[in-house]
Amino acid sequence: MTEPGAAATAGARWAVTVDRSRCNGSAICAGTAHGRFRVENGKSRPVETEIAPDEAVLDAAESCPWEALTVTDLASGTVLAPEQ
Amino acid sequence: MTTAEHPAPSYPFGPSEGLDLHPRYAELRREDPVSRVTMPYGGEAWLVTRYDDIKVVLADSRFSRAATVGQDVPRMRPPIESENILSMDPPDHSRLRKLVSKAFTVRRIEELRPRVQIMVDELVDDLLDAGQPADLAKTVAWPLPVRVISELLGVPKEDRDNFRTWTGLALATGNETTPEQIEEALNQLLGYMGGLIVQRREKPTDDLLSGLIQARDDGDKLSEQELIVLAVTLLAAGHETTANQIGSHVYQLLTREGYWQRLVDDPELVPGAVEELLRHTPLSVGADNARVALEDVEVGGRLIRKGEAVVVMPLLGNRDASVFERPDELDLDREKNPHMAFGHGVHHCLGAPLARVELQLALGTLARRLPNLRLAEAPADVPWRRDKIVRGPSALLVTW
Ligand code: HEM
Ligand code: SF4
Repeated sequence: MTEPGAAATAGARWAVTVDRSRCNGSAICAGTAHGRFRVENGKSRPVETEIAPDEAVLDAAESCPWEALTVTDLASGTVLAPEQ
Repeated sequence: MTTAEHPAPSYPFGPSEGLDLHPRYAELRREDPVSRVTMPYGGEAWLVTRYDDIKVVLADSRFSRAATVGQDVPRMRPPIESENILSMDPPDHSRLRKLVSKAFTVRRIEELRPRVQIMVDELVDDLLDAGQPADLAKTVAWPLPVRVISELLGVPKEDRDNFRTWTGLALATGNETTPEQIEEALNQLLGYMGGLIVQRREKPTDDLLSGLIQARDDGDKLSEQELIVLAVTLLAAGHETTANQIGSHVYQLLTREGYWQRLVDDPELVPGAVEELLRHTPLSVGADNARVALEDVEVGGRLIRKGEAVVVMPLLGNRDASVFERPDELDLDREKNPHMAFGHGVHHCLGAPLARVELQLALGTLARRLPNLRLAEAPADVPWRRDKIVRGPSALLVTW
């Protein structure tokens, strides 16, 4: 995994996406990263698609059983989570 | 809103008979969907019976599992909750969950499908060799999940009988088992796992346990106690639930006219049938796994006060007519099936992808190889487990 510390340099921005075709609404993400995801009608969506670095969102991406959730560093395009 | 009774009615409402669901649940869902009950241990709790309300309790971070640890909270069984993945809140919970989630993603588990198929075929061979009538619970339903989780985790074959006995006792409801016996069985499980971890540390193998040891020793991601408890949880959760569900699912199919034949005629029906069986089939003897409100929260029009406990059972959401048409009917063709048999929120079952593969392969293989499968005794004579938190047949005599 990319060191979260490295990406969390001042001003870094992360992109958060949910592949809704994979998501099955378990809501693990919403509980893991409080306030970051909303699960409605059995699908999750990010509350904000661009965020300041937040470790809990990486945890959410690592915990999604369907690997539906991806976090990328906006500047470099590097996938921060989930670990491949 | 009905006036509160004092003391609240005692729970469970009656004994669990076979796979029956007490009629009181449906009444409560209509009349008093967030109601007070007196649990066998720890006093009064809120019982939620509606799908949407259960989801709120399971997903809202104002409801805490961690607040139950070490506390005399309302519960089904004597032991006081100790710290484990299912009794932690984020971010502690996330730290542990992340360590195991990679091994249980849908993608990784699909890679195990061929290996699980081999195991299922071996066990069906054993069933055929046993001669008729044979006990399907003993020869297929139990050994399959035990073998699968043991292999994944890295638990040696020769230890499987021991840990099955201990888990059985550790998960007793306490009607026929003393709190001391439950405690002792739990300690035996922890002691056994502690010993196995020492062995693996000296001679690492290519399995989940060695992976977790590495996460502890090289990454300092979890404590020794957390490591031991996590491994025991995976072992216990990985087989008790699935083993009972396999037996119960076969019973469900064989006791309804034409259901088995449908799986025989149409193998493609299996995945959907498994989802419907998961939705419909009771798993535990009652609502438990209390969540404690960290502040006042309104659920279904009721105010749950800070410090009060809510007990949950996913099955109750799965039988809610506002989400599932004819909820009490087992409908293998059900199209929309957003069941919550694996829970909801951060504690959503880690093993769900694995359980699905095991159930699909077990039922699919049995239907293919034993198209004439039927019960060897009257449905009413099938014996059910007693004094156990997880429901299921204690034996399932079949012929083919
Ligand atoms: C048909 C089989 C199964 C059913 C119906 C089932 C059901 C559940 C449910 C409802 C929960 C959530 C409990 C709650 O929130 O109070 C849960 C959690 C869990 N299950 Fe399963 N389960 C099954 C099989 C498995 C298997 C095969 C494993 C193997 C590893 C497993 C491991 C776990 C673990 C570790 C948790 C706790 C997760 C956490 O707290 O993050 N389960 N299961
Ligand atoms: S954890 Fe994954 S599958 Fe579950 S709701 Fe979030 S994105 Fe969807």
